[in-house]
Amino acid sequence: MTNTEIYDKLKSAFGEKIGEWHEQTGTEYMKRMSSYADVADSGYIRDVCLYLRDEPELGFDSLLLLSSLDNGDKTLSVTYHLESREKKQFIALKVTVPENNAVVPSVTDVWSHANWHEREAWDMMGIKFLGHPDMRRILLDEDWIGHPLRKEYKHPDFYRGMKVPY
Amino acid sequence: MGLLEKQDNPFESSNIVITGADTLLNWARLSSMWMMGFGLACCAIEMMAASASHYDIGRFGVIPRPSPRQSDVIIISGTVTLKMATRTKILYEQMPDPKYVISMGSCSNCGGPYWEHGYHVLKGVDRVIPVDVYVPGCPPRPEALLEGLIKVQEKVRKQSLAKTVV
Repeated sequence: MTNTEIYDKLKSAFGEKIGEWHEQTGTEYMKRMSSYADVADSGYIRDVCLYLRDEPELGFDSLLLLSSLDNGDKTLSVTYHLESREKKQFIALKVTVPENNAVVPSVTDVWSHANWHEREAWDMMGIKFLGHPDMRRILLDEDWIGHPLRKEYKHPDFYRGMKVPY
Repeated sequence: MGLLEKQDNPFESSNIVITGADTLLNWARLSSMWMMGFGLACCAIEMMAASASHYDIGRFGVIPRPSPRQSDVIIISGTVTLKMATRTKILYEQMPDPKYVISMGSCSNCGGPYWEHGYHVLKGVDRVIPVDVYVPGCPPRPEALLEGLIKVQEKVRKQSLAKTVV
């Protein structure tokens, strides 16, 4: 199935909860890998993912990448790149949440390798994943304050007594 | 036996060398600068290249040791993150005196390419431990590291048991 066929199937299964299809320009590869579907209702992302995994003709058995994004307009996004290794098909999903209430359902129980990706998104961007079994920082130490990839993040002057600015 | 029996001409047939205590001890120390096997980032690759047969840092008496307790010199080979800085300081403190520090590469000299936006990077390892020799480069070639090592050896050669040479 092509990307758009998968999108149409999602649209017919979930209706209004799936938003627009964003077709990327560029080479065939770029179109295939970076076109994405908005999931309008971020609370449904886990259900959409379960559907994509368990529907026989979709069979998305692998989460290639879960990444986070600060859009700069007080919203944060999470992007899911999925692959079906058996059917050799790809799709990307995107959910957008407000910065002051950045909570997205976890997909750890759909693909267990989402665990560390979601911890990284929490560490760097401060997006909380509901239902994650181990929502700790993954790269920075526990006593770090703030989420450094946010646009409004400011360096601390000192960290554990060490001067941070140049 | 010994010098007393050969007072007339003690140098005639004996294997005797006369030298100063400082010179002898310093010669012994600088000829066996054991380094700590400790790599941080891409500079460690150059450090490994310097240890391998082509550049052969071993001909200067440098042997990588797996423990700070057995090391004379620590080569800070790469980016010192704030998380690693506390560990680096502990490793330095575990080394027995006299100990020497070579800061290898731009990152550990001054933060390198992370000087402005590297929220997680210590802008120079000299903020946590004293540095004897700075080796510039990104990363420095093995020859540059060897030069830095020779600079440390020169420093050792000028030191004295009797008085502190600044």
